[in-house]
Amino acid sequence: MSTTSLTLPPREVEWSPSRGRVGMGALIAAEAAIFTIFVVAYLFYVGKSLSGPMPREVLSPPIFFTVCLLSSSLTIHFAARALRRGNVRSFGAWWLLTITLGGLFLYGTASEWHRLIYEKGLTISTNLFGTTYYSLVGLHGFHVVVGLVCLSTVMAFTLFGEVKQAHAERIDVLSLYWHFVDAVWIVVFAVVYVIGR
Amino acid sequence: MSRLVVWICGSGAAFADAAQPLSPTNIFAPASTPAKSIFGLSLLVLAVTGAIFLIVFSLLLYSVVKFRKRKSDDGREPPQVYGSNQVELAWTVIPVLIVLALFMATARVIASVQGIARSDNAIEVIAIGHQFWWEYRYPALGVVTANELHVPVSDDNHPTPTSITLLSADTDHSFWVPRLAGKTDLIPNHPNSMWFDPHQVGVYLGQCAQYCGTQHAKMLLRVYVQPRDEFDRWVHEQSQPSQIGDNTSAGERIFESTACINCHTVAGTVAHGRFGPDLTHLMSRETIAAGAAPNTPENLRLWIRKPDAIKPGSLMPAMQLNEQELDALTAYLETLR
Amino acid sequence: MSTESIAWPSATAESRSFVDRLHDWIATVDHKRLGLLYIAYALVFLLIGGIEAILMRIQLIRPHNNFVSPQVFNRLFTMHGTTMIFFVVMPVMFGFANYLVPLMIGARDMAFPRLNAFSFWMTAFGGLLLYFSLVGANGLYGAGNAPDVGWFAYAPLTSQTFSLGHSTDFWTLALLVSGFGSIGTAINIIATILCMRCSGMTLSKMPLFAWLNLIMAGLVILAVSPLTAAQIMLLIDRYLGGHFFDTQAGGSAVIWMHFFWVFGHPEVYVLVIPAFAFASEIIPVFSRKPIFGYPVMVGATVAIGFISMSVWAHHMFTVGMSPAANTFFVISTMAIAVPTGIKIFNWLATMWGGKIEFKTPMLFCIAFLFQFLIAGLTGVMQAAAPFDWQLGNSYFVVAHFHYVIVGGILFTLFAAFYYWFPKMSGKMYSETLGKLHFWLFLIGFHLTFDFMHIPGLLGMPRRIYTYEPGRGWDTWNFIVTIGVFFQAAGILVFLGNLLWSYFRGKSAGSDPWDAWTLEWSTNSPPPAYNFYTIPTVQSRRPLWDLKHPDDPDWKYE
Repeated sequence: MSTTSLTLPPREVEWSPSRGRVGMGALIAAEAAIFTIFVVAYLFYVGKSLSGPMPREVLSPPIFFTVCLLSSSLTIHFAARALRRGNVRSFGAWWLLTITLGGLFLYGTASEWHRLIYEKGLTISTNLFGTTYYSLVGLHGFHVVVGLVCLSTVMAFTLFGEVKQAHAERIDVLSLYWHFVDAVWIVVFAVVYVIGR
Repeated sequence: MSRLVVWICGSGAAFADAAQPLSPTNIFAPASTPAKSIFGLSLLVLAVTGAIFLIVFSLLLYSVVKFRKRKSDDGREPPQVYGSNQVELAWTVIPVLIVLALFMATARVIASVQGIARSDNAIEVIAIGHQFWWEYRYPALGVVTANELHVPVSDDNHPTPTSITLLSADTDHSFWVPRLAGKTDLIPNHPNSMWFDPHQVGVYLGQCAQYCGTQHAKMLLRVYVQPRDEFDRWVHEQSQPSQIGDNTSAGERIFESTACINCHTVAGTVAHGRFGPDLTHLMSRETIAAGAAPNTPENLRLWIRKPDAIKPGSLMPAMQLNEQELDALTAYLETLR
Repeated sequence: MSTESIAWPSATAESRSFVDRLHDWIATVDHKRLGLLYIAYALVFLLIGGIEAILMRIQLIRPHNNFVSPQVFNRLFTMHGTTMIFFVVMPVMFGFANYLVPLMIGARDMAFPRLNAFSFWMTAFGGLLLYFSLVGANGLYGAGNAPDVGWFAYAPLTSQTFSLGHSTDFWTLALLVSGFGSIGTAINIIATILCMRCSGMTLSKMPLFAWLNLIMAGLVILAVSPLTAAQIMLLIDRYLGGHFFDTQAGGSAVIWMHFFWVFGHPEVYVLVIPAFAFASEIIPVFSRKPIFGYPVMVGATVAIGFISMSVWAHHMFTVGMSPAANTFFVISTMAIAVPTGIKIFNWLATMWGGKIEFKTPMLFCIAFLFQFLIAGLTGVMQAAAPFDWQLGNSYFVVAHFHYVIVGGILFTLFAAFYYWFPKMSGKMYSETLGKLHFWLFLIGFHLTFDFMHIPGLLGMPRRIYTYEPGRGWDTWNFIVTIGVFFQAAGILVFLGNLLWSYFRGKSAGSDPWDAWTLEWSTNSPPPAYNFYTIPTVQSRRPLWDLKHPDDPDWKYE
């Protein structure tokens, strides 16, 4: 057997991000596009309702529940960090706190809707404001629910002792979704309770 | 540039005359200023795209012939060329310049057709699109009619354009009479406007150009461009209430006691329905059912007896009348001149 | 050297039962099998959509024809458009992407195999749901059937008032469901391409096929979601009393158009960019030269992707937007012609100076170049908004977009079928039948779609079940209909060729075309694991490097 020497060009270092992050990033981009359309519809119809309660008359900014949701981004960050360091118990505690804060936010949305429907007479079919408000806030709430289902599933696994430090990357990917849900709320809050009023 | 366009328009007009027998709805036979502006632009666009096509197609044909693998091929690969920055630059810059030129010509026509202020002596019409007919109201002249639009011919020295506000009572429609203007849509809760100034007397055809339901295909348009005196006479006739021969004809009794009056108006009687066309001067129209059939007694009778025979899916219900009632009713409608 | 004998357990030598093999296909997560499932699914719907077209053209062969009723005709054009776009072209492109991308980048599968399977079945279910409307759509008023609102379903025609029964709901839900499948596949393609390329394959060394599918996937992510949003809004209007498109309550019919076309225009680029990908792989091989201007091709396609998100309202030139808005969409639409034209020139330059072999894939690609050129130019004509005020919503538009989709996309799709059939099946197709298919289809295509422009120029609007005599449209409609039968014949020859060659074709070997990308380095068909060892590459044409060690590409790139 003889040998020939081949001069190869220097091997370039390939950029190789994790599949989970890229996949979640793409999903977030798609979801952002959906929310953008609902936000555009909301803004387009500001002031165009022909009748019925106007935002100014019935909306009150849910400051406390917003703080809950935004803090849950912080708590999920701590949870993920704890798991990366191998501290499963700390992870579990922060994770539970995240779920609680998310649940509180949902409760806040539900009680606001209850007030709007039963006290102020604003439903999705009342007028353009009602349609766009419930759709946008509802779409966001739906994403919170989905997030909470995922978080609770992880919680159940944690309680059974199944979650380990090796899963930190997956927890990171899931928390990306949760951060996205919070970021969307910032936009929704600004559009509904600040600009649209 | 404008001289070139004038030259193109001139030759286009000659082409249009030859093209007229081709079709009454030929977009290349404009008879009104908006259609003419569009025609001029179209010639420029066609010339540019035509030139591009000829050049690129020739290159394609040439390369397919010249660079085909011959039978006598030596089996070696041809020179492996990866690209050329100069060539890429050239065929980027040239298209950009072409696009800029086309864009500027286009912007000019948009401004001249759309941005134009309403002229003072324009005939104002409100057109309301319905499933599947056209309602026309001339508010200043007190005329309400349907499906056949009458307008005066316009003279370039003393233009009398027609300005139409486009509304819709139900879904989206589109007003398209190619020889007079480009199409403009009628969209509920979104008033639009268009105008034209026909230079030649005649009947101009068109039809609805936005799918609006089952009988979209038979929502036809007829625009009657008349000399000014004829148009004034038409307006005078149309603004009178109906000329009824006998106030108590059997047909009129049937009309007024059946559901007819729920949808139709006959001015001067108890019929004030707005859902269907105004029938006050039904006999002044050449067609019925928005152009779907000529306005003859047989067709009228058939339409009332069984609309689906003429326009299946139209919103006119079959009136379930017996033969005598149909005869009487048709006779009554025949008196609505 | 010593020999050893190994006793294999006999179970592996038995062939599996039919049920077991069927289960393998239904439960598969293998990208190649899912790819073939997508392609087979698309072919079935191609036949269905084609029959719908034939029925419509028979109705339109002469004025005042009575072949089908207006109601049936309106359902036919709605179903034809919806089927062809969502259940033929999109699935077939996803199918080819699924099959080829992992092979071309030296990976063993897609990034998320189970998501891949889920996405396919969502798409498949969507198509079945759409056609279930034929039996299931009778609502309370007994007024349901297949949807008849047109494939872009303008409001307020889709409201409960004007669309009784459930036909519109079937349209909405079918597309909603398959939209989730599309987004899933797009996520998969992006993650696969960004994360799973083999060693040495930087983004700039990736085959153009991978690049273009990456861009397509990005467009799907951005464009399908607006449709999903609009459909949720439509459902809210129809069932929860919402007013998004309720003009009586101050809502806007125009905003549906905006939302739909924000989806609809990038969607046509989703359809055509994979077609560009096919051409970019096939033309070089049959010209025996590398693609001319690889970086420019990538850049131009990225530009097309971006600009395509800004042109949507050129579908709305007649709805009464302001002159400023109309003017903006004129310039953005004309602008997209520039990178598109650049691509045509680059393909031409690839052929220039080459040694062109007129095998069936190349014949279809040459026709593609000719036809896509014309289609692009008729697009530029319509970009001039005032011209579009005449041409819009007429048969000129119908001719234009069929020129792109059939003359451009379907032709390259046929090229791709013939090019990769040997790889996927291990057999060579019949070149004679392939050429017969080409000529039949070419004649039929041009008879139909060249002459279809003329009624548009003579004032014939689209979506009409019949037309008036005396408008000068009769002869042209007749010719258009005749062409359809040639195309049908071509398709039958095509399917016959595929079937016959699969069972009786000659063995193809791993590299029948002497090509240069990684899929040709493995067996035909590839084993489940794709490559025995994951390759390492140094250039854009790894097999060229192997075949020409004295003159490898990486010396010049």
